[in-house]
Amino acid sequence: METLERIIAEHSFFTDLDSDFLALMVGCASNVVFKAGTYILKEGDPADTFYLIRAGKVAVEVVAPQHKPIIVSTLEEGDLLGWSWLMPPFQWKFHARAVSDVRAIALNGKCLRTKCDENHDLGYEVLKRFARIIEERLEATRLQLLDIYAVRR
Amino acid sequence: MNLTTTSNPMVSQPYLVRDVVKETYDTFTLTLESQNGANVFQPGQFSMLWVFGVGELPISISGPPSHHDKLVYTVRSVGQATHALVSQDAGCGVGVRGPFGTGWPVEKAKGRDVIIAAGGIGLAPLRPMIYEILGNREAYGRLVILYGARSPRDLLYRKELVAWARHRDTQVLVTVDYGGLAWRGHVGVVTTLFKYARLQPSCSTAMVCGPEIMMRFVARELEGHGLARKDIYLSMERNMKCAVGFCGHCQYGPHFICKDGPIFPYEQLRPLLEKYEL
Repeated sequence: METLERIIAEHSFFTDLDSDFLALMVGCASNVVFKAGTYILKEGDPADTFYLIRAGKVAVEVVAPQHKPIIVSTLEEGDLLGWSWLMPPFQWKFHARAVSDVRAIALNGKCLRTKCDENHDLGYEVLKRFARIIEERLEATRLQLLDIYAVRR
Repeated sequence: MNLTTTSNPMVSQPYLVRDVVKETYDTFTLTLESQNGANVFQPGQFSMLWVFGVGELPISISGPPSHHDKLVYTVRSVGQATHALVSQDAGCGVGVRGPFGTGWPVEKAKGRDVIIAAGGIGLAPLRPMIYEILGNREAYGRLVILYGARSPRDLLYRKELVAWARHRDTQVLVTVDYGGLAWRGHVGVVTTLFKYARLQPSCSTAMVCGPEIMMRFVARELEGHGLARKDIYLSMERNMKCAVGFCGHCQYGPHFICKDGPIFPYEQLRPLLEKYEL
């Protein structure tokens, strides 16, 4: 059987992370399952967790007044969901819905935040890894905003 | 075999529209039959299609290279001439010049994995290459198709995408920039598909077609995954008129897209791609 420690250690987000830090992460982690159609997180709710998706698909949705929700991106196996727990006001900015049944590792952001405050080396490692993901998604969002397939007249 | 070649590339050959199939709300696939004999083309080449009384258009060939009795084109109806072209009824006459330009590196890709990255209608010029690979499966390694469109209703060749994914050693990943709640597939720009693709960069050749900015980002992503610049090919588009390098309408730096392209190795284009207003 796969242990939480092994799953976390093998995830690309934690590649080359010091074993002591890894042990701290495992201490904040638990296995979770979401049925298709359920909301994993909702805009405005307190953000105190992030997820490593192990299986299934998650839709990140934004709700615009007088419009149906729009899916702005989807996340799948190997992806990381949620970084609002890192920065005040620690509230989700989007909805995230399980498109199919989802298995994930939930990491307690509150617990990790405290550990990062206590150990700045850990905090730097965590921020570096999140910054890479945020940068990738920012670049993808910029490209998406260009609406490159639209007809130019 | 009687080939439809003429000594004068400026003279159109007569073709008849066999059928017009609606792919999406604004994109149609036309099948044309030659009145003069067989057609031979390389995947990636284009023709100049002349709609009598309206105008002439450069359109990439999107059908199988093995079908010598007909030419297939996928056209997005965005202006007067394209609208007139897709509005043709079966039996109508169309003038065809070509095929013109360079093709995808078919021979060079043999024995290697092939990564096809397409955006929007950019899948059309790549489709003959996909047919070539799937029709000669043992000659190529893994085939990875990454396709991005604006929304689910803009996806081309939907049934074929599903069928291609069933072939052995073939991975097809599709994404849309904007998905409604009913869409159960991937949402995100085409570059976000790379993390789900099973790539072997050292033995892969990549062929990319789509809006220029999309190709720039995809080429960068391919390089980031370890593909050599010489193994990445892009299909460029500019306003082509004569198609033989005389008129200069399609000049791109030192190149004429119609004659030197439309397919170029990335290493040749890279210095030009990031230039302003080129």
